[in-house]
Amino acid sequence: MKKNVLHPAASRFFADHGWLKSAQTFSFHGNYDPQRIQFGALRVLNDDTVNGGKGFGRHPHDNMEIISIPLEGTLEHQDSLGNVALIRRGEIQVMSAGTGVYHTEFNKDQDEPVTFLQIWLYPNKLNVAPRYDQMEYASGDRHNRFQQILSPDPDDDGVWINQDAWFHLAELDKGFEIGYQLKKDGNGVYVFVVGGNVEVEGQPLSVRDGYGFWPESVVSFKSLEKSSLLVMEVPEKW
Amino acid sequence: MSQINILAIANHPEILETIIRLINQNESWCGLPAGSLEEAEELLRLNSIDLVLLGVGVDEEAGERISSLCQSIDPRIVCLRHFGGGSGLLYSEIRHALVGG
Repeated sequence: MKKNVLHPAASRFFADHGWLKSAQTFSFHGNYDPQRIQFGALRVLNDDTVNGGKGFGRHPHDNMEIISIPLEGTLEHQDSLGNVALIRRGEIQVMSAGTGVYHTEFNKDQDEPVTFLQIWLYPNKLNVAPRYDQMEYASGDRHNRFQQILSPDPDDDGVWINQDAWFHLAELDKGFEIGYQLKKDGNGVYVFVVGGNVEVEGQPLSVRDGYGFWPESVVSFKSLEKSSLLVMEVPEKW
Repeated sequence: MSQINILAIANHPEILETIIRLINQNESWCGLPAGSLEEAEELLRLNSIDLVLLGVGVDEEAGERISSLCQSIDPRIVCLRHFGGGSGLLYSEIRHALVGG
């Protein structure tokens, strides 16, 4: 059912494992709330901070599109496909888990924490061949505009996934107003405020708030102070 | 609370082992592994299963076949698809299914 959802930052699940502090928008691991399962195909939105030198040991995934966006610091990725990579702020990583993949994610730095968004989307195809990719995007290309960092199309800007989803970043000056054009009719939009304060379709949002809704075509944004946004367009069904 | 028997089907042995280990960490849940459809069908016929997790390698056609078998054995058996292959979604998927979500 297409239902608008407002997720204030403080309403998220908070898990503190010492080495990992995780703010989870949707039910994850041991946390469960029947009202917080997903927004369309968007199933996981975790705001994770990992202490220096620590990380997620070898663990499996299947049939999920997994996206990581570092906000601060550097992650070191290794997987069973043979990929070994560093991923930093200004980059996006995608893993189509498909028929199964093992990976580790560690903070590359021994002292400073790494903060990153861990996002999972349901795939539109089951049991695809696992795939890993990452890319760097230019920081200047999102000043007062939407910068596409993910789409379903390998030939379009950003990384691609097995889902009719589009992700955009924007960094907006105070008072700046901008519209987001929906890429596909019927899709929903989930806005996550990385920093600052904005109004989205008149809905005030503060840092780390999330707001999911089902627009007709264009979404209006107004930045109330210098703000940084992640806009995730996702289908209702997958 | 009585024990919940959960049949997990997946064709990836390590992932299946992980899922069963995670299920069995809950004292009220008992995980039964099936690495193939044939094995799953046999386990469904021989055991009292409450919940079936359709995991990696089970395509839509096979999922429908298992769902139909569950319906014919006992319509109360809940059959759902498991995504993610690990601890991230497993608990909330099971809990959601058990409350009829």
